[in-house]
Amino acid sequence: MSALCIKLQLKGYQLFLHFNLQSCPKCLHLYSHEYPDFVKIVEVGPRDGLQNEKEIVPTGVKIQLIDMLSGTGLSVIEATSFVSSKWVPQMSDHTEVLRGIQRAPNVRYPVLTPNMQGFQDAVAAGATEVAVFGSASETFSRKNINCSVDESMLRFKEVITLAKGQHIPVRGYVSCALGCPHEGHIDPSKVAQVAKSLYEMGCYEISLGDTIGVGTPGSMCEMMQTVMKEVPVSALAVHCHDTYGQALPNILTALQMGVRVVDSAVAGLGGCPYAQGSTGNVSTEDVLYMLHGMGIETGVNLAKVVEAGDFICNFLCRKTNSKVAQASSKTL
Amino acid sequence: TKQNMVKISPVVVFFHLSPFSFIFLQTIKAHEYPDFVKIVEVGPRDGLQNEKEIVPTGVKIQLIDMLSGTGLSVIEATSFVSSKWVPQMSDHTEVLRGIQRAPNVRYPVLTPNMQGFQDAVAAGATEVAVFGSASETFSRKNINCSVDESMLRFKEVITLAKGQHIPVRGYVSCALGCPHEGHIDPSKVAQVAKSLYEMGCYEISLGDTIGVGTPGSMCEMMQTVMKEVPVSALAVHCHDTYGQALPNILTALQMGVRVVDSAVAGLGGCPYAQGSTGNVSTEDVLYMLHGMGIETGVNLAKVVEAGDFICNFLCRKTNSKVAQASSKTL
Repeated sequence: MSALCIKLQLKGYQLFLHFNLQSCPKCLHLYSHEYPDFVKIVEVGPRDGLQNEKEIVPTGVKIQLIDMLSGTGLSVIEATSFVSSKWVPQMSDHTEVLRGIQRAPNVRYPVLTPNMQGFQDAVAAGATEVAVFGSASETFSRKNINCSVDESMLRFKEVITLAKGQHIPVRGYVSCALGCPHEGHIDPSKVAQVAKSLYEMGCYEISLGDTIGVGTPGSMCEMMQTVMKEVPVSALAVHCHDTYGQALPNILTALQMGVRVVDSAVAGLGGCPYAQGSTGNVSTEDVLYMLHGMGIETGVNLAKVVEAGDFICNFLCRKTNSKVAQASSKTL
Repeated sequence: TKQNMVKISPVVVFFHLSPFSFIFLQTIKAHEYPDFVKIVEVGPRDGLQNEKEIVPTGVKIQLIDMLSGTGLSVIEATSFVSSKWVPQMSDHTEVLRGIQRAPNVRYPVLTPNMQGFQDAVAAGATEVAVFGSASETFSRKNINCSVDESMLRFKEVITLAKGQHIPVRGYVSCALGCPHEGHIDPSKVAQVAKSLYEMGCYEISLGDTIGVGTPGSMCEMMQTVMKEVPVSALAVHCHDTYGQALPNILTALQMGVRVVDSAVAGLGGCPYAQGSTGNVSTEDVLYMLHGMGIETGVNLAKVVEAGDFICNFLCRKTNSKVAQASSKTL
């Protein structure tokens, strides 16, 4: 027998112990793949997905999309973004969307709030959870939100302080975690530094984003190891883009390192503004297919997500970016 | 094996027998990845075979010649099947004779039976491949005989090939699921792989024919097969119909596999899910492997060029995300 495998299931973990005697007869090489029993999906389609769609989607359609997603079992659906409509016209109906959706019990609807003004508008509109967006790249920060990383942290600190006072949880994002469209390679220590700042300021969870999808299991592993020295893995999430087809292997790598929260977008909504015509967000359907195939529970009904994806793609008059949705609709 | 692999000897595992039991393991976050992975390029055969439009012989030859200049060491050139069954491959002899064979590159061809083998040898083949199935139903519908009957045919081919010092590669289709039978027992995959290996195939490529596998089923299937065939003789042939090819390949690599099949531009759809993709694209596989520091000897940019060429001819978009992103990066 050249390989022995033991599968154990204990206390929230499935543990595979492989003894591969073949590769080295002189010693045992032990490697385990510790997969969680449960992974939380953070659905970012209505915000990150639609934000990157050129065509302005009517408020009613956004609300219907979110309402459909609310019935799939997803526990977190990022609803909209309280940014200036001058910068992001797609999100200019943020107040109407947040007020218009039917909030399902046990589902949270975080909204982006880049500054104090956005936060106040969000609270006035009924927000009960918010998110702030930092960057591991100075250049991206300046070009994207017109200030340095340090300056953005000051803004976020104000938001987080106010949010804490009102018992509103704050999620933190770190963009360009695996590469920047302007700077190229990003040092993992910079990602760790920004993640740590956000975490210490009070963000309950930090989502590490591969903004341009250039990461691979190699760079994901290295970045995660560095960040995990500063932030506990239980507070980390991954937000992988599929621009180079690497999202699922990157997510798999993150799961193997202990991550239990994955961001994704229904139908893989949203392109990549830095690679015209290319995809952006990984599709929720494809992530679910992988997780469920591995015996990892998510609480989400894949078929219902496919329906929600069909709805929005029909409206946008284009094909889904989800391979699962494509294959499911056309299986002979 | 890579430098970052952690050797643990002895292994210390603490198992606490209490209501709060947990397993505590010493640091084992390293994964054993090979330094080098061999890519078997199946675009000209498996890829084009699934394209509806008949590609002219000259275009096939040009595609293979372009691929021959990329650093790929194995390019599956064509298939010596009856043109009645697979019209796309009816020019097999012309293709094999027409390509410019690069030194250090092998050009295996499919030979489903004795007739095909003889025709292949007459056309100059120096390596052949045979295609078994882990699913009885798929075998009957695809090649019109049972798995056992197919093994007899292959034994004839392999015996003759051995006598002429022609290496034979074996494929096992439906390794992770069958379009007709659904779930396939890993033990059946192992059985077919073992038969092919023991008959003399130097390498067995395990194919997720309809792309339904995930890291879970890949791991289980590989474990079972690895009890019968050494991992050094195994390859994976993953389809990307459900977007699972790269995580499945990653899983296989973690289990010791060092040979990966792929197709330039992700050529070839899935005959069982209309409009869906089939083969995983060579470009996307290379991007992942190179990003992990794993060498392949293959020049990604040149593969993208070859992919552009064939997609331009077919008048359609590449299935490779890397090729798409590379051509349009602002």
